[in-house]
Amino acid sequence: MDELTLTEALLSMKLGNPPSPGEHVVVDVDLVYLHDGTFTLALEVLRRLGAERVFDRRKVLLFIDHAAPAPHLAAATTHLAMRRFARKHGVKLYDAGAGISHQVVAEEALAGPGDVVVGADSHTVTLGALGALATGFGSTDAAVAMASGRIWLRVPEPVKIVLSGEPPGWVMGKDIALALLGALGADGAIYSSLEIRGPALKAISMDSRLTIANMGVEAGAKYTLFPVDEVARAWMEARGRKVKPLSPGVRARYSDELVLDVSGLEPMVAKPPRPDNVASVSEVDGVEVDQVFIGSCTNGRVEDFHAAARILRGRRVRDGVRCIAVPASRRVYMELLRDGTLEVLAAAGCIVAHSTCGPCIGAHLGLLAEGEVAVSTSNRNMPGRMGHRESKVYLANPATAAAAAVTGRIIDPRTLLPRGVRLMEV
Amino acid sequence: MALRVRGRAWRLGDGISTDHIISGKFKYQKARLEEMLPYLLHEIIPDFYRKVKPGDVIVAGKGFGYGSSREHAARLLKMAGVGAVVAMSVHRIFYRNAVNVGLYIAISKNVPPATETGDIIIVDLDKGIVGNETKGIYERLPPLHPIVKELLEAGGLEGYVASRGKLPWEADNLTSHP
Repeated sequence: MDELTLTEALLSMKLGNPPSPGEHVVVDVDLVYLHDGTFTLALEVLRRLGAERVFDRRKVLLFIDHAAPAPHLAAATTHLAMRRFARKHGVKLYDAGAGISHQVVAEEALAGPGDVVVGADSHTVTLGALGALATGFGSTDAAVAMASGRIWLRVPEPVKIVLSGEPPGWVMGKDIALALLGALGADGAIYSSLEIRGPALKAISMDSRLTIANMGVEAGAKYTLFPVDEVARAWMEARGRKVKPLSPGVRARYSDELVLDVSGLEPMVAKPPRPDNVASVSEVDGVEVDQVFIGSCTNGRVEDFHAAARILRGRRVRDGVRCIAVPASRRVYMELLRDGTLEVLAAAGCIVAHSTCGPCIGAHLGLLAEGEVAVSTSNRNMPGRMGHRESKVYLANPATAAAAAVTGRIIDPRTLLPRGVRLMEV
Repeated sequence: MALRVRGRAWRLGDGISTDHIISGKFKYQKARLEEMLPYLLHEIIPDFYRKVKPGDVIVAGKGFGYGSSREHAARLLKMAGVGAVVAMSVHRIFYRNAVNVGLYIAISKNVPPATETGDIIIVDLDKGIVGNETKGIYERLPPLHPIVKELLEAGGLEGYVASRGKLPWEADNLTSHP
């Protein structure tokens, strides 16, 4: 066993023996989920195939999270079809406001180590933080997985990502994710399985791990896998899932390796027009900002809003700037409500909204006009992603986003951090 | 069916994402693919869907199909008449989607850098060749996985199931683990 990569070890749990990279295998699926952006096509495929059924109603989930509650009739029509499908087949539906699929699956520990998760959304990789073999598929693959309970996979090449050093108190998962993306490039990990490991891991929270796993797909990765260490085990057990520790073998062989020293990281930013166009925050200091978005499956968790609140407490969002704050799930929303974070955000002038993917994909809740600039904690910033094709999006961590909301420009959030206050809780 | 396309090139750059192909802000306002078609690649090439001719070939740089899993991207390219995509590298979800909907893809190191819009491109997945006839540049392609080939020959997964009455992984020629 000490020769297996994490990818091989997890696939072995499924297959009985370890496969080789490049091999095609057929596996049973543990969880399939679709959302309102991908469901309609999937249903059409099933109907044309004459196979409108689900293989196991407990292993299929539907999420109304992308344009929700319906901002227009097209969305309303889709949502209605999803509710009808869920009722007809006895499938659990997470309706508008319940949360973004990946966050809900993670926080309820609906997937765990070695589970094969077919998500009809590219950010399904997020669940690699829990050791799940989770990745995104198109609607046809998801439809067939939903009906048959099986899928074919190409076994990915494992790439070792070593996080060395100790993260300083201001380094968030987003900074690590962006630094990795800058090093790998937007196509640097196509079809790879990124295995995140190294001595820094023990100081990296689950919220941050979910962020790092989430953005692996921006480099093309099929999986971004974390070991099941003490942090992950405790987190999953607190959510009712008992798991055994699992790490890559000491003699595991990788097709590539990258070392990132997190102790020297500054707050990182991805400049438009690509997420791998990475710079430190000081390199883009002073860029004027019209809108700030704090949320998404990348950075809509409790840790993220706590960091934002440390910057926003006692301050005001600058006149002329909109700051949209969207917790990634109702559970996150409720926790932030109880601990007072939402009050800090609202008092600062943030628009605190229900959970939705909306702003990140330009679906609703804050599109950008021509020439406008946004700082967003989401994952993508290609032209027109959040609105007009001549708008610009800088990706950053929630503290940098909050600092931009307060000052109206991109600024190192550490300059606004009150003396003696750490950004991160670890 | 011969897996062969010969058509005019539309040269695109690196990092063409599924957002470039069909932007979320348009996609989410439309319920049906036909209604999304006018927005296909619209922000790079306005009215692309009207300008493209059946069998035309998208020739792009690195990282084609990056981003969202939206299968709409592959389906709309096919619906508009695009015969094939030739790119220096292709993101995994887009690649799978393309195969599932029967859109030909060739990954080529040498053809895209030499290609200009309007050049004549051939993609022959039977013979394993991609080339730019105008520039006289040809490149061998690695053999396709037998199931990928069969899926493309059937016009995609739906066609495969319709003609064979089973899913590809129920076929005999897939190496399956015990």
